[in-house]
Amino acid sequence: MSAPIVAIKVYLKVWGALLLLLALTVAAAYVPMGEFHLPVALAISVTKAFLIVFVFMEIKWGGRLLHLAAIAALLWLAIFFVLTFNDYLTRDLPSALVR
Amino acid sequence: MSYLTKQTLRSWFFATDHKRIGILYLITILFFFTIASVAAAMMRIELITPQGDFVTNETYNKLFTLHGVLMVWFFLIPSIPAVLGNFVLPLMLGARDVAFPRLNLLSWYIFIAGGTLALWSLLHGGVDTGWTFYTPYSSTYANGHVVSMAMGIFVAGLSSILTGLNFIVTTHKMRAPGLTWFRLPLFVWSLYATALIMVLATPVLAITLGLVCLERFWGVGIFDPRLGGDPVLFQHLFWFYSHPAVYIMILPGMGVVSELITCFARKRVFGYSWIACSSMAIALLGFVVWGHHMFVTSQSVFAGIVFSLLSYMVSVPSAIKVFNWTATLHKGSITFDTPMLYALGFIGLFTIGGLTGLFLAALGFDVHVTDTYFVVAHFHYIMVGGMVMAFMGGLHFWWPKITGRTFPELTGKIAAWTTFLGFNLTFFPQFILGYLGMPRRYHAYPPEFQFFHVLSTAGASILAVGYFMPFCYLLWSLKWGSVATSNPWKATGLEWQTPSPPPEHNFAEVPTVLNGPYDYDAAKNTFCPQTEEGYV
Amino acid sequence: MSDRRAESALSDQFESVEQQHGADLFGMWIFLATEVMFFGGLLVAYAVYRHAYPHGFDLASHRLSVVFGTVDTAVLLCSSLTMVLAVRALRLGQRLPSIALLLATATLGCGFLVLHGTEYYHEWQEHLVPGRYFQFEGPHLTEAQLFFWLYFALTGLHSFHVIIGVVLMLVLAASVFERRLDAERYIALEVSGLYWHFVDIVWVFLFPLLYLIGLR
Repeated sequence: MSAPIVAIKVYLKVWGALLLLLALTVAAAYVPMGEFHLPVALAISVTKAFLIVFVFMEIKWGGRLLHLAAIAALLWLAIFFVLTFNDYLTRDLPSALVR
Repeated sequence: MSYLTKQTLRSWFFATDHKRIGILYLITILFFFTIASVAAAMMRIELITPQGDFVTNETYNKLFTLHGVLMVWFFLIPSIPAVLGNFVLPLMLGARDVAFPRLNLLSWYIFIAGGTLALWSLLHGGVDTGWTFYTPYSSTYANGHVVSMAMGIFVAGLSSILTGLNFIVTTHKMRAPGLTWFRLPLFVWSLYATALIMVLATPVLAITLGLVCLERFWGVGIFDPRLGGDPVLFQHLFWFYSHPAVYIMILPGMGVVSELITCFARKRVFGYSWIACSSMAIALLGFVVWGHHMFVTSQSVFAGIVFSLLSYMVSVPSAIKVFNWTATLHKGSITFDTPMLYALGFIGLFTIGGLTGLFLAALGFDVHVTDTYFVVAHFHYIMVGGMVMAFMGGLHFWWPKITGRTFPELTGKIAAWTTFLGFNLTFFPQFILGYLGMPRRYHAYPPEFQFFHVLSTAGASILAVGYFMPFCYLLWSLKWGSVATSNPWKATGLEWQTPSPPPEHNFAEVPTVLNGPYDYDAAKNTFCPQTEEGYV
Repeated sequence: MSDRRAESALSDQFESVEQQHGADLFGMWIFLATEVMFFGGLLVAYAVYRHAYPHGFDLASHRLSVVFGTVDTAVLLCSSLTMVLAVRALRLGQRLPSIALLLATATLGCGFLVLHGTEYYHEWQEHLVPGRYFQFEGPHLTEAQLFFWLYFALTGLHSFHVIIGVVLMLVLAASVFERRLDAERYIALEVSGLYWHFVDIVWVFLFPLLYLIGLR
């Protein structure tokens, strides 16, 4: 059971969407947003990543196993970030680091 | 026609047969074990007297670094997975080989390449940073061949990742018909959990060592306080891998012990699904405790508390295993064959090691014994008293299958006892030493510690004999041991349904599994292999 | 003739082509998971220092060219398109279009490398390479050097992966040309495509994190 062959139009539409999102990424960087710049930029990047993973990489057709591999990677990365920042965000030092 | 029939150099160096690759790994890790043992011997000789009179400070630092690096990355981490796992996993699954046999061979080539780099570093004077490569010493101030040693480890890590990848795909995709997940032998569960850790943790080690090398190369870097860098960030990155790594260095041993206990007690494992799931729990929880190696650094107290709590939690699945093994033994029909002696030794010694881990997980106590011999004793009880004993047990258990020969049983028993006694004499005094304040990585010490050091060195010489004996008689058995039958231990697994040694593609026909593993009946003294209808 | 080809497509250890196909795909996804953790370590370091030195990172990031970064990203996004079309073409038996699309992917990859190499050259000229010759005006010199260290490490690691990808595309193009890969045996292409898309995704994240800090 292989993934069905996708119409070229679908790929072109996704490609177009990706380029639009790229434009959005750059534009958003110039809009005053205060501390929301990082979350917004990441959200747009995540959207692009989803498009690539679901359409170009056809993860749906691989079955649960491939989903598990992708989720495991993201989960483990999250564990790494969360527990590391659990230290850095709770230190007493003024700049949170050595100085 | 077995897998050993063809005996040309080519057939060995270009082997894609998982059984041959397992043997290639065995020879390679023995080589590194020997070098690392010599380093340990030199350290123990130095420590007989309080003065630093056998080697210089710098040499001593290089010795413990070499010992740690080689034992961790070039012996323990590959040991059971790459030797026994490679050999036995496809057989236990009823498969003809692993999913990617050529990748398997590449893993071994890469391992050799990594080892060569490490040896190059050694021959050019070695490294004195300790196996932990803490910054900014390793990244800025250390002289020596840090980059080549770190690159050797980096490359060996890649070998580890590829082996883990291979095992995960093999376990998912190549089980024989009827072999559902909860009919898998517990050794497979432990190898799978180990493979998960290898695959998810090792890349972080790779980037971390890479960053240290980049910092040395560039003269500046992110671990340098002069740039506003945090040396403790290195420790976060390093221990994110290295803590799960210690579970790589025990989970396969636990898997072997499950196999041995059930076979030699002639009794179905108690709490099979609990043991299987506990392997997965250890693999997961092992990733969230790394900060307990950093309690005395500038890591925040809050983070220390969180890591301490999580470290207590990770002990639970290990304890579950010990309870289940004990319950398996209860009312079993126990025979004390050599593999069983190693398995029983494992249970006792791992329990002591594990319990002392709980002592260390307590923040207050840890501050007192950090960087003392208490920690050294703790991890040697687990890695040597646990993992190495399990490795020996597994090696003896599957020896007839691997080689088609049996080893002399009485000699085996004597060696097992020698190892057990030698081990305890070596490492138990070290708990006392550490508690009394003897620091690790020191070669000169106050005279009041000498008594325990002498005991420890005496133990080490007995331990050495305990390891040397199997090396001799196992080799002897290759030529003069009696020929083995296909199932000398009357065990239930699929691997015992093939001849000893197996043919090249393992099974003439892919077997169908009709039964759970471990269908032993102690009372009636019968057993039912996995290929016949039984209880599950 | 097609029997022999179908036979040679199945390796000894597998029972069916489906099993092999599934194993190959799963294997590549696991490899990509390891790559996520590999880059992840470096991203954790980046996150820690960006959090500690937001002002220094802002100022340093301004020295990167948003134009170059945007074009870099666009080039890689296009290369993902050509890659996915190359796999599609091969599955449909369109040998020459597939080769052309693979070469296009490789060319776009090279284009990325040339663009990025040019950026590196400019940065070298402006004394933004960490080390003895690093220069940065203002009070945040050390923080800026930290930023650039991470910038070169992250983009360097990424470019290294692009180089491997480009070589892979050329090897695949040759394999398709020599008919070692075709409509029945395309898994190598599919699996390499996954790798290429992953490399693209990494850049999609690196671009805003490195080039677009503190622009307003």
